[in-house]
Amino acid sequence: MGMLEAILLTIATAATPLLIAAMGELVVERSGVLNLGVEGMMVMGAVTGFVVAYSTGSPWLGMIAAVLMGAAFSLLFGFLTLTLVTNQVATGLALTLLGLGLSGMMGRSFVGLPGVKMSAIYIPGLSDLPLVGKLVFGQDPIFYISIALVIGVSYFLFRTRAGLTLRSVGDSHKSAHALGIKVIAIRYAAVTFGGACAGLAGAYLSLVYVPQWVENMTAGRGWIALALVVFASWRPWRVLAGAYLFGAVTIGQLHAQALGLGIPSQLLSALPYLATILVLVLISRNRRLTMMNTPASLGQPFVPDR
Amino acid sequence: MKKLLFALAATGAMLVAGAASAQDKTKACWIYIGPTGDFGWSYQHDQGRKQVEAELGDKVETVFLESVPESADAERALENLSRSGCKIIFTTSFGYMDPTNKVAGRFPDVKFEHATGYKRDHPNVSTYNSKFHEGRYVQGVIAAKMSKAGVAGYIASFPIPEVVMGINAFVLGAQSVNPDFKVKVVWANTWFDPGKEADAAKALIDQGVDIITQHTDSTAAIQVAAERGIKAFGQASDMIAFAKDTQLTSIIDNWGPYYVKRVKAVVDGNWEQSDVWGGMAEGHVVMAPYTNMPDDVKALAEATEAKIKGGFEPFTGPIKKQDGSDWLKDGEVAEDGVLLGLNFYVAGVDDKLPQ
Amino acid sequence: MRIELVRRPQTSALFSILSPFLALVLTLIAGAILFAILGKNPLTALYYYFIDPLREVWSLHELAVKAAPLILIAVGLSVCYLSNNWNIGAEGQFIIGAITGSILPVMFPTFQNFLVLPLMMLMGIAGGAAYGAIPAWLKVRFNTNEILTSLMLVYVAQLFLDWLIRGPWRNPKGFNFPETVTFHDWAVLPAISYESGRAHWGFIFALVAAVVVWFMLSRTLKGFEVKVLGQSPRAGRFAGFSRGRMVFFAFLVSGGLAGLAGIAEVSGAIGQLRPSFTTGYGFTAIIVAFLGRLNPLGIVASGLILALTYLGGEAAQISLGVSDKVVRAFQGMILFFVLACDTLIHYRVRLVRPAPKEPAPAAAAEASHGNA
Repeated sequence: MGMLEAILLTIATAATPLLIAAMGELVVERSGVLNLGVEGMMVMGAVTGFVVAYSTGSPWLGMIAAVLMGAAFSLLFGFLTLTLVTNQVATGLALTLLGLGLSGMMGRSFVGLPGVKMSAIYIPGLSDLPLVGKLVFGQDPIFYISIALVIGVSYFLFRTRAGLTLRSVGDSHKSAHALGIKVIAIRYAAVTFGGACAGLAGAYLSLVYVPQWVENMTAGRGWIALALVVFASWRPWRVLAGAYLFGAVTIGQLHAQALGLGIPSQLLSALPYLATILVLVLISRNRRLTMMNTPASLGQPFVPDR
Repeated sequence: MKKLLFALAATGAMLVAGAASAQDKTKACWIYIGPTGDFGWSYQHDQGRKQVEAELGDKVETVFLESVPESADAERALENLSRSGCKIIFTTSFGYMDPTNKVAGRFPDVKFEHATGYKRDHPNVSTYNSKFHEGRYVQGVIAAKMSKAGVAGYIASFPIPEVVMGINAFVLGAQSVNPDFKVKVVWANTWFDPGKEADAAKALIDQGVDIITQHTDSTAAIQVAAERGIKAFGQASDMIAFAKDTQLTSIIDNWGPYYVKRVKAVVDGNWEQSDVWGGMAEGHVVMAPYTNMPDDVKALAEATEAKIKGGFEPFTGPIKKQDGSDWLKDGEVAEDGVLLGLNFYVAGVDDKLPQ
Repeated sequence: MRIELVRRPQTSALFSILSPFLALVLTLIAGAILFAILGKNPLTALYYYFIDPLREVWSLHELAVKAAPLILIAVGLSVCYLSNNWNIGAEGQFIIGAITGSILPVMFPTFQNFLVLPLMMLMGIAGGAAYGAIPAWLKVRFNTNEILTSLMLVYVAQLFLDWLIRGPWRNPKGFNFPETVTFHDWAVLPAISYESGRAHWGFIFALVAAVVVWFMLSRTLKGFEVKVLGQSPRAGRFAGFSRGRMVFFAFLVSGGLAGLAGIAEVSGAIGQLRPSFTTGYGFTAIIVAFLGRLNPLGIVASGLILALTYLGGEAAQISLGVSDKVVRAFQGMILFFVLACDTLIHYRVRLVRPAPKEPAPAAAAEASHGNA
C-alpha cells in the first residue's frame, strides 16, 4: 500500500463519522429545526453499537441498534421542541448532557473489552488495484453508506416533491402550514432521520474507527458535524467536501508533526477550528447567497394557529 | 413536599448513624483524574485499590472519587473525603499537588499520599512515583531488535518531564542495540482520545515506522498497529486482549503493593512520611509477558530487565543531548533531580521538543 | 390521542410560580427511578444529592465557590440570549479572561501592591470582552453564524492556554510541570470569611452582577432595547434601535462577565493558572441561564441548584459509590423538565382525540408574513 493511498484512507476514516452526522443534521436544519444534541445522540449510538455488537458478536446488529437508539433519543428532543415548543438551543444542549451521562452509565461494564470490528469489503481483483483499489473498492460498509447518504439526501431535497415540501417547511412554516402541509409531522420525521444518522456516526466510531467503548469517545465530533452543516451552507455535496477537508487538516497536522517540522502542536491542533471560522466568514460574506440557502425558519418554534 | 423532605432527612440521619458504627475499620480513600473505566492510568490505580481490599479484607473500607478535575473541585473533593472519615488519602494526579498540601495542613490526622509530585509541606504528606522509564528502556531494546526500518513511532501526550524521560529512555534502550536507531514523535495533546490516538498511529505508520509505542492511555494505537500488521507496545495495563498478535510487551503500572504497604502502615499505626520512587526492583513497574518475538529477542529483553533490577540506571553515560553536546560522561549516572525536571531530548529523537 | 397547545392570552402567573416546583418534583421522581434501577435506595440517594451538602458551613462555602463562576457567566449570557445572540463560546471568554487577568502576577511578579487585584479584575474583564467581540464582529461585518464561531473559538482558547502554560508561562521552578508560578498575596482574591470556609469575593461579584443586570434589563431603556431586538428585530428597526450595536453590546457584556469569572476563579479559588483550571463552566452556564429563565435573579437560584448537583454527586459517590456519570444525566434531566414545565406558562396543554379530517386551514394564510 503506497503512502498516498494510506493517507487518503486515513482521511476517509476521519471524515466518515463527521459526514454521516452532518448529513443527518443538514436534513434536520433544512426542515427548520436546530438540534445541538448531535454529540449526545452520537455517543448514545456509539455505546449502543458497541454493547449490541459485543453481546451478539454481530457488528451489523450493533449498527442497526445504534441507528434505532439515535432515532429514539432524538424523539426526546422532538417531543420537547416540537410538541412542547421548548427552546431548541437549550433542549439540544440538555440532550448532549443527558447522552454523555447515560452512555457512561450504560457502557460501564463494557470498558476495556475488545470490540467487534466491522470488516472492510473485499472484491477480488478490484480491491487490489493500485492506488484506488482499497480506496474505492475495499472500505468498510458504513463508508459506502455515507456516500450513498450524500447522493440520496441531495436527490431527495432537490429532485423530489417530498424534498421540496421539507424545504418549504424550513423556509416558512407559516406558509407551509397555510398550504395544508403538516409542519410538525414533517419536522418529527426530519429530527428522527437526524438522530438515526447521528447514531450511525457513533456506531462508526465504536465499530470501525476504534473498535472499543470508552466514555466520551466522540470527543467533540458532534460539534464539528454541526459546524460542517453551516460551513457547507446547507448543501449536501459541500458537506462532503467539508468533511474531507476537515479530515485532511486533522490528519495533515499529525503528519507535519511526524516529519518533525517543529511547529507548536497546539497551533497545529487549532488549525481545523481556525480554518472552519475562516470558511464560515468566506461563505457568509455574501449575504444574498447565504440567505438563499439558509432555512429561514431555522430555530424558530412553530405552534399552529387554531 | 415538606413530608418528603422530612422522610429524606430521617433516612439520611439513620444512614449516618449506621456508618458511624462501622468506625473500627480503617477508611482508605482515592481520588482519580479520569473515570475508572479508562483502562489506563486511573484504571490501574483502581486495580491497586482493589488489591488493598482483597489483601486487608475487613480491616479496611475503601472509597474513591473518579473524574475529579484538577481545578477548584480537587480541594473540595479532598476536604470532603477528609471530613468523611478517611484516614489515608491517595491523590493520584500531578495537578492535585497544591490542593493536597493545602488540605493536609487543615487535617493533620489524615495521611496524604500524592502521586508524581514533589511538594511535602506538612509531615502528613508523602509522595510516590514509579520509574516507568526503566520499562521504556526495555521496550527500546526490543524495538531496535524487531524493527526493520530502524525507526519507531512514539505517540506522546504532553511534554512534561515524565513523558520526555520516557522518550529518552526508549531511545537509549534502542541505541544500545542499534546506535543509528531513530524515534519519530507525535504529540497528541491529550491523555485520552481514542480517535486521535488512532489517527496519530496511522500517521506514524504512513511515515514509515514499523513499531509503535505510546504514552497515551487508550488501546486505539495498538489496535491500529494490529490492523496494519506491525508490532506495538501496550501502555499502563496489559493490552494483549486487544491485539494478541501485535503486543510485544506492555509496561504495567502496578500500584497494588505500595498501596497495601501504606494502608497497612496506617492500620498498624506506624505510617511515616516518605518519598518513594520505585521501579522494577520494587515491583512498581512490571513488564507484561514478552510475546510475538523470536527467542533471542525475548532472552535479551529478559536480560535487560534483570540488569535493571540489579541496579542499572538507563540514564548512565556516555549520553549526548539532541544538539550533539555532552550530557553525561562515561559511567556518570543522572541525578534524580535532573531526571524529574527533564526538558531536553537525547540524540536520536527526530522531533523538536515543544518548549 | 395527541397533545395540542393553545397559546394563553397572557402568561400564566400561577404556572410561572408553580413550574419550577413541578419540574423539581418530576426530577425527584425520575431521579428516584434512576437510582432504583442502579440498585440504590432512592430516598437515601436523593438525601445525599440534595440535603447532605447543605448540612455544614464549609460545604455551603463550597457551594458558593462552585456557583460563583456559573452565575457570573450565566448572567452575561442572559443578555445575549434575550437579544437573540447565541453565544455558545463563554468557555473561551472565561479562559481568555483568566489569562489576561493573570498577566500581572505571572509576568510582573515583583509589582506588588494594592493596585494589583483591581487591575487584574479589569484586565480579566477586558480580555473576556475582547474575545467575545470577535464573534460579534464576524456576525456584524460578515454575517457569520455566531453559534459556530464562538464555539470554534473555545477550542482555540483552550489550546492557546495549553501552549502558554506549557511554554512561556511555565513556572521556572516547577520541574517543568504545566503550571504558572503561585500568585503572590496581593494577587489573591480574598475569602469572604477565612475562618469558616473557602468562598471568595467572586461570589459577591456574581450577586452584584446579577442585581445590576437585572436592573438594566427590567428598569432601563437599554433593557427594553435588548428585549425588543431579541423578540422582533423588525420592530426594533422601526424603533430606531441598531441591531449591529446590540450584537456588540450583548457579546461585550457576556464576554466581560465571563472574563471576570475566569480571573476570579483563578485568583480566588486556585491561586495559579493551570491548563485544567476550568471544567466546562462556560457550557454549564448555558444550562444555568435557561434554568433561571434568562432572569438574572432566577439565575442566582439556578446557579446554586446546579452547583448543588455537583456537590451532591460527590457526596453520593463517597457514601453510596454512585458513578459520577449520574451527575451529568441528572443535570440533563433537570433541564428537560424545567424546559417542558415552562411550556405551561405560555400554553394550555390539551389532549385531543383524533378528530375527523379537518379542512385545510385557509384562514391561517394571513399569518404567513412573519419575520425571517
